[in-house]
Amino acid sequence: MSTHSEDHIYVVGAGHAGGELAFALRQQGYAGPLTIIGEEGHLPYQRPPLSKAFLKGECETPSLYLRQQAAYDKANIGLLLSRRVERLDRAGKKLIFDDGREVTYSKLALATGGRARRMTINDAARAERTRNFHYLRNIDDVLAIRSRFEAGQRLVIVGGGYIGLEVAASAIARDLNVTVLEALPRVLARVTAPQMSAFYEQIHRNAGVDVRTNVEVIGLDFDAEGDAVTAVHCTGGVVIPADAVVVGIGLLPNTELAQAAGLDVDNGIVVNEHAATSDPDIVAAGDCTNHPSVFCGRRIRLESVPNAVEQARVAAAYLAGKPRTYDSVPWFWSDQYDLKLQMTGLSQGYDQFVLRGSMQNKSFAAFYLKEGRLIACDAVNRAQEFMIAKRMVAACKPFDPVALADETVPLKTLAPPLQAAAPPA
Amino acid sequence: MSIRLNVVDRNGGEHEVETAPEGSLMETLRELDYGVAAICGGMCSCATCHVYIAPEWLDKLPQQQSDEGDLLAELQFRQDNSRLSCQLQLQPEYDGLRLTLAPEE
Repeated sequence: MSTHSEDHIYVVGAGHAGGELAFALRQQGYAGPLTIIGEEGHLPYQRPPLSKAFLKGECETPSLYLRQQAAYDKANIGLLLSRRVERLDRAGKKLIFDDGREVTYSKLALATGGRARRMTINDAARAERTRNFHYLRNIDDVLAIRSRFEAGQRLVIVGGGYIGLEVAASAIARDLNVTVLEALPRVLARVTAPQMSAFYEQIHRNAGVDVRTNVEVIGLDFDAEGDAVTAVHCTGGVVIPADAVVVGIGLLPNTELAQAAGLDVDNGIVVNEHAATSDPDIVAAGDCTNHPSVFCGRRIRLESVPNAVEQARVAAAYLAGKPRTYDSVPWFWSDQYDLKLQMTGLSQGYDQFVLRGSMQNKSFAAFYLKEGRLIACDAVNRAQEFMIAKRMVAACKPFDPVALADETVPLKTLAPPLQAAAPPA
Repeated sequence: MSIRLNVVDRNGGEHEVETAPEGSLMETLRELDYGVAAICGGMCSCATCHVYIAPEWLDKLPQQQSDEGDLLAELQFRQDNSRLSCQLQLQPEYDGLRLTLAPEE
């Protein structure tokens, strides 16, 4: 790729997607000026440990960084951290910061990610000014929560999604008294089958978590000074005393910058199969994008690290003039207690649930079929079957549900074969 | 102190990589601009930190635990000397370790 003196690629957003995108640009041969802009004061870091090892205090901030400063220096990637882009001027190809300073880009990558969805009850704004009411999205959030992680403290978690349940498992490991409040009739309701929800509810109850479903938060109590939440009021007149509250009720994509600049936005920044936005000089990648999924046959927005990394590479390839199609099958993981959950595909719209193995023994794979076709698999403590299921789900074809459930039939015999072996090392 | 690793990248290029003998091999390889994706960050969930260990070093490394073997078993580019670098904690004795980055799946 040729470099003109006025070339300068900026990456807005210093999360997993932003960090990967910058290094991928270098790997794709872009040698010109390249800068990542991030609102937080941190190098791009991995978020999954925030609700797990980092929350439990088992690792510290530098170990979250995807790469250390020396790697950026070596790759000649600039970092503008603790800086917020206020406006994108596409006509002038400028980024305007909140302090009025501006830079000019030749090409732009938006990796703006998302932010924690906030509670909308009246008391929420007041609660956000207290010292023991927290959302969970970044390092600073978790450092604040971690300071409350003392044995015997009463932790109320609002939201029974993956974040809420991972926080619950981490808090149990630190001997807190934990309550999870879920507004829907079951935990993980948006992402998995009722059987999986029941399994995870039982696991958490056995570990000592007070899991309450069909419960909505309607108000909060504060101490006399107003600087701490002391109790959570729920529908049905239930009042739960709290030493700390963590709210994990979903993520909102950060699309405002793109929207104000006139880019197409529809539950995410709309991109094509090459990760290009409606402006050919601007790409987007990660949690903030609404992208076409070859696998699903429709547009989707994903909140996942594999999507962030793989889409960032596709976006970098496009900017480097070597476009390729983003066609990954979604996959996710969640670690709670002694359960290693790995998921592939998207289960929405399934009409048949097939269980292979034993929930009681905490070792199983759950298959989701739609009109006979395998569309997703959730594997618990079955890493090898997960790897096989990835190939099966990617194949987009029907599988015999009886064979899927039959443990005397090795899953491998049902799956498409691995392709030819590697070239010699 | 530091140790030196001999790393062959996916294009056959050889690199001498100096690193502290702490943390996992994956964490060192992730720093390299030709390095490993390591998508799951060391949870042994993704197999995107796959490397081939030089045969003379294989016996000097700790045995695979079950998850590592399970993931490796289903990789297209698996070889007898395959390991997941997130499962190898660097030690001073690994000075001179030779390895090749496996192709991405």
